[in-house]
Amino acid sequence: MAIIHIDDREFTANPKDNLLQACLSNGFDLPYFCWHPALGSVGACRQCAVRQFANPEDTTGRIVMACMTPATDGTRISIADPEAVSFRASVIEWLMTNHPHDCPVCEEGGECHLQDMTVMTGHAYRRYRFSKRTHRNQYLGPFVKHEMNRCIACYRCVRFYRDYAGGADLDVYAARNNVYFGRAEDGVLENEFSGNLVEVCPTGVFTDKTLSAAYNRKWDMRSAPSVCVHCGVGCNTSVNERGGQVRRILNRYNGAVNGYFLCDRGRFGYGFANRPDRVRTPVLRDPGGSMRTATRTEALDALTKTLGTGGKIIGIGSPRASLEANFALRRLVGADGFHAGVSAREARCLATAIEILQAGAVPTPTLREMEAADVVLVLGEDVADTAPRVALALRQAARGRSMEIADRLKIAHWQDAAVRDAAQGARSPLFVASVAATRLDDIAARTCRAAPCDIARLGFAIRHRIDANAPSVEDLPEAMQALAGEIADALLAAKRPLIVSGCGLGDEAVLRAAAGIAQALNGADRLPGIVLAVPECNSMGLALMQGGSVEDAIDTVTEGATVIVLENDLYRRAERKRVDALFDAAANVIVLDHVSTATVARADIVLPSANFAECDGTLVSGEGRAQRSFQAVFPKDDVQASWMWLRDIAGTSEWHRLDDVVRSLASAMTQFVAIGEATPPGDFRIAGSRIRSEPHRYSGRTAVDADRTVHEPRASVPEESPFSSTMEGYYGQMPASLIPFFWAPAWNSIQSLNKFQDEVGGALRGGDPGVRLFEPNGAAAPRPDATAPGQFVRGPGQWFVVPRRPIFGGEELSALAPAVAERIAAPSLALNPADARSLDVENGGMIDIDFKSGSYRLAVTVAPELPSGVAMLSVGLPGMDWCALPGWGTPRRAEPAP
Amino acid sequence: MLSSIRTLWYTFLHLFHHSETVQYPEQMPYLAPRYRGRIVLSRDPDGEERCVSCYLCAVACPVDCISLQKTEEDGRWYPEWFRINFSRCIFCGFCEEACPTYAIQLTPDFEMSEYERENLIYEKEDLLISGTGKYPDYSFYRVSGLAIPGKGKGEAERERPPIDTRALLP
Repeated sequence: MAIIHIDDREFTANPKDNLLQACLSNGFDLPYFCWHPALGSVGACRQCAVRQFANPEDTTGRIVMACMTPATDGTRISIADPEAVSFRASVIEWLMTNHPHDCPVCEEGGECHLQDMTVMTGHAYRRYRFSKRTHRNQYLGPFVKHEMNRCIACYRCVRFYRDYAGGADLDVYAARNNVYFGRAEDGVLENEFSGNLVEVCPTGVFTDKTLSAAYNRKWDMRSAPSVCVHCGVGCNTSVNERGGQVRRILNRYNGAVNGYFLCDRGRFGYGFANRPDRVRTPVLRDPGGSMRTATRTEALDALTKTLGTGGKIIGIGSPRASLEANFALRRLVGADGFHAGVSAREARCLATAIEILQAGAVPTPTLREMEAADVVLVLGEDVADTAPRVALALRQAARGRSMEIADRLKIAHWQDAAVRDAAQGARSPLFVASVAATRLDDIAARTCRAAPCDIARLGFAIRHRIDANAPSVEDLPEAMQALAGEIADALLAAKRPLIVSGCGLGDEAVLRAAAGIAQALNGADRLPGIVLAVPECNSMGLALMQGGSVEDAIDTVTEGATVIVLENDLYRRAERKRVDALFDAAANVIVLDHVSTATVARADIVLPSANFAECDGTLVSGEGRAQRSFQAVFPKDDVQASWMWLRDIAGTSEWHRLDDVVRSLASAMTQFVAIGEATPPGDFRIAGSRIRSEPHRYSGRTAVDADRTVHEPRASVPEESPFSSTMEGYYGQMPASLIPFFWAPAWNSIQSLNKFQDEVGGALRGGDPGVRLFEPNGAAAPRPDATAPGQFVRGPGQWFVVPRRPIFGGEELSALAPAVAERIAAPSLALNPADARSLDVENGGMIDIDFKSGSYRLAVTVAPELPSGVAMLSVGLPGMDWCALPGWGTPRRAEPAP
Repeated sequence: MLSSIRTLWYTFLHLFHHSETVQYPEQMPYLAPRYRGRIVLSRDPDGEERCVSCYLCAVACPVDCISLQKTEEDGRWYPEWFRINFSRCIFCGFCEEACPTYAIQLTPDFEMSEYERENLIYEKEDLLISGTGKYPDYSFYRVSGLAIPGKGKGEAERERPPIDTRALLP
């Protein structure tokens, strides 16, 4: 720790930081624009000027940029120095000369860093009386709105987009006052992290287009801490609500998980919650077969009648429902009747993943720990599609070599431009073994394209190279041998090697190969890590409940049984005819869901369950981290949390609040003992108050409902929650898992976050949210004798079809969001060019492909990197039937329709 | 004792003072243009709605009686709906002070008595007047950087034409 003197007072600082970080960490307000805790300093905006003194005797000093000056021991600076103060005011005045008169019609207004900093420096009147430069805007796709006039040329956008997220299509054009940040021409921003520009941009150049469509200011929206439901990474989000609708998703900093950034699927996938066709009322099927909406009482009466007849009850859970909901169902139907709502293959993969993470010896790292890995091997998982935030962390890990070079040259890590100049793009080795091209290939040292079983073989070969006791792989081609050797050498030379794999390919052998490598690396002075991507937000939680699969449910269903389906579309989990058979056999089908699905259409009784924004619930991420999300939307109709419906069905009365369910769950299943620690209990109060979920200037309270009634309706009060649903309550330093929105006096923008961290860029005060449910106990290390699968042999006239879950469309809920739907590519079958030629189809041509489960007519994409005999089918897209992938398919050229 | 007598004496003298009773409503009092009465939404000199739905009136309102929702048409911001609950309004004028476009104005009209509170809920069509109110010349979009139909980028007051990003000139 370094001692620095700020305005003649002594403070401690991290000597690895710069003075700006040190000042902010010590609670000072020092204006800045171009510096960002995750992006480092470039000294472009000249805003954070302070006066630095050489020693206690020095009274003259000199003006320095705090962000470009290290916080070395004994540094003496003055923030309040009159010349520094006027310097900062002048800089703002210059930056504002061309800024348009837009605040009232700017989406950033009220949470604008430029506004905050302008007020902070005291620049209140424009003296500039000349004309302003203007720019034309660009269309940047359905997510981000562009308004270039507002730019202050801080360069944060391109530094994030290009340097941090690896995007290529956003750049800076022209020079001096004219600089322009945009694309070469109008078009969709291709990078899947483009939404972060909204938060990274300190002004209103890049704003959230989905928010703009139903716009409200930050102060007018209720906010609650939430957890992203669009993949298994478990990024923390804030849900903003107004008028009973989710208005936007914001990143909620979690130092251990998502840090400052979210992917576009997580940020813009919320639209499913506002769809007009979603389930809002109970629906009953009349004896005639037609569906009619019903009241809550009617629905519960019908349920009592249905369940009173006795007979077998089968419950099917869901990886997109909370732990509590799944547990409530499990308790209602009993452990025998409960089935996890995933396909059999996915259930097997998840069970393997849990075995590896729980009983192995190698821990799974947090995202922040992933960024510190020095060699990364991605084995068979396209993380850019299935766990996008992990891919972004790997991008940072690849910069490790640059940081080593900087260390050698004694350049601080925050000296962004200097580090990049010195390192000249040097990257830590990152190896990608995948079926097709991935969006990490641009930073990969070596890539390898192979069929899933060959990827597993490569993994086993690497393991054999590391640990000679492990069985060798027979008949491995020479190129693969060499690659295995190269990767093994790199991994052996690493201090913190990281193996990344996942359930995306649906191949357990790949998972076992990854585990084997991690296991072999363990020991000596290495700290290996293993990351296994899981498909959905609660896949891990559901798998920990050990409920088998949908197939099991189909197999065990008997004539006349009652089937209860929890927030799940079974047509996405199993073959259409098998699911139809299940529903045909069942006497009663009860479905709880919030979105309209094919399964809802088959139900006899539909109960409107609450989505992630409408109830409290716990999700377990792929890392095994249990995190609680809280209610932001208070529906006025019969919508209620699934666990409440299931409680009402069961007629059990001992569950009054979520905490009761959590307690039952923790005592019933030992693997969930810790979940209560994820967040303080519902009766948590600070100085006797709940935490307010609306900002203190929430407006329109006495007018917003006045068209319906002039008697202001009572605010909905959540039963037992640490949050009040109104602007009344405590707001200050609160437990990290309960921060509804980031705001601090004089800091209205998201940058106010630095007031909630112990150290800027570090953990949230009081520890990052969430609790790990398991750590590896080493009880059952992956079988040392596990041998590699056989070599890939292409079938005669057959192709081995592997699934790809595209980032946009590959996940059920986000695909229902209108903004994301615009980005969904049409389903297609990717083929190797030679294979396409042999079938006599061209890129874009149509093809019929027959699987055991049925046939599809698809457009063909020619993908040169695909191995011969392997085809790739994008799955999970709306309107596509489920099919058993990976599996063999017989393609033939589609005969043109007559 | 003396003070009581003096008080009675002053009260007695009032019998001979000029009476201040006004025969309202036959005789209307003079109200200055800046009197804070019924709130209206004005239009700009081109006859378009001035309100850009910036929410500043709503947030300035101490009794939270203003509520609105933004919508957008061809780049121009409008309130989709705009509601003032006059049964709550205290006519403080903060909304007028907060308004950056001179859209919301208080007028010298206080005759708003109703038997039903519901009748004091004014929607946008009740609030919108056809004129410019107290500020005849101001039009927000002439000074704002947003492009709207009829005014492209660089065509607002004190703006240079848009930059050609491909030009090589200094």
